[in-house]
Amino acid sequence: MEIIVNGLKETTLPCSIAEFVANKGLAPGALVVELNQQIIKQQQWQAIQLKEDDQLELLSFVGGG
Amino acid sequence: MKNDVLKLGGVNFTNRLFTGTGKFAANALIPKMLAASGSQMITVALRRIDTTTHSENILDYIPKDVILLPNTSGARTAEQAVRIARIAREAGCGDFIKIEVITDMKYLMPDNWETLKATEILAKEGFIVLPYVLPDLPLAKRLEAAGAAAVMPLGAPIGTNRGLETKPLLELLIENCTIPVVVDAGIGRPSQAAAAMEMGADAVLVNTAIATAKDPVAMGRAFDMAVKAGRIAYLAELASQSGVARASSPLTGFLD
Repeated sequence: MEIIVNGLKETTLPCSIAEFVANKGLAPGALVVELNQQIIKQQQWQAIQLKEDDQLELLSFVGGG
Repeated sequence: MKNDVLKLGGVNFTNRLFTGTGKFAANALIPKMLAASGSQMITVALRRIDTTTHSENILDYIPKDVILLPNTSGARTAEQAVRIARIAREAGCGDFIKIEVITDMKYLMPDNWETLKATEILAKEGFIVLPYVLPDLPLAKRLEAAGAAAVMPLGAPIGTNRGLETKPLLELLIENCTIPVVVDAGIGRPSQAAAAMEMGADAVLVNTAIATAKDPVAMGRAFDMAVKAGRIAYLAELASQSGVARASSPLTGFLD
C-alpha cells in the first residue's frame, strides 16, 4: 500500500506505526509522530495500523533560536 | 535585588538571559553553556526528520530544570504556527511557545500580522505565548490584549550580531507595554545585552552570539554577567547626562 511520509509517497506493507518506525531503524525516543494531522503518543504506536493514503509525519526537536 | 524575579506564565525566572540551541558545533556544549550562563529557558525547533541521518535527541542535552521554549520556526502562516505549537505541547514540551512566523527569506523579518493571529488563537488555548516581532508599539498593544505573556521584539535581523539597531522603537515598547519586553535576535555582544537591560528590557534572548563564539561556554557566562550588570544598573537608575563637564573633585587650586 502507499502512504505519504513527510510529504513523499512510500510503499509499505501493512503494519503498525511502531513497526514502521522500527523498520526504518529510527530511535523512538527522539521522534514525534503525527498521523493525518493528529499527534500520536508513543504508547499508541503499537495499536494503530497504517492504512492506504495515510499521511504520516515523523518529526523531531532540533537546535533552533 | 534578591527578589528581582521575572514572572512569565506562572514561572518565576531569577535569570533574565534566555538562550537558544541553534548553531552549536556539538550538542554536548549546550548543558555546559546552560550551567555557565545560568539560563533558565532555552529555545528548540521542530522539524521533519531525515530518515537516513536521524540521530540524537536535542532534548537529551537540556537539564530537566531548564524550561523549554519551542519555537514555530518554519511556519509561514498563523495556521502553521498554531499546528507546530500544538505538536510541541503534545510532545511534552510544556505550555511555553515562541511564535515565529517568517515569510521574508532574505532578512528573516517576522510577519507581525500572522504572528498576531497565531497569538490570539494560542493564548485562548492556554499557551504561554511569546511572540517574536518587529518592534511596533500598536502591534505590541494588540498582542497584549490578545493574551501574550511577553513581547519579543528584534534588535537586529536574526543571526546578524548587529545589536540594538531598533533601539528607539524598543524604548517605546519598554515604556508603554504592561507585559514584559524580551529583546530577541540580533544581540551580538554582552555589551549590547547590557545596553538592552539598562534600557529596561525585562530579559534578552541570545542564541547565535553564544553558540557561534569560539568558546560558547565562556560566552554564556559573559552574557549572564552583562545581563545582570545591565539589570542592576536599570534598577539603580542611571545618573543623568550633561553637555558640559561637571567636576567630581573640588575645583579650587590645590593650596588655596
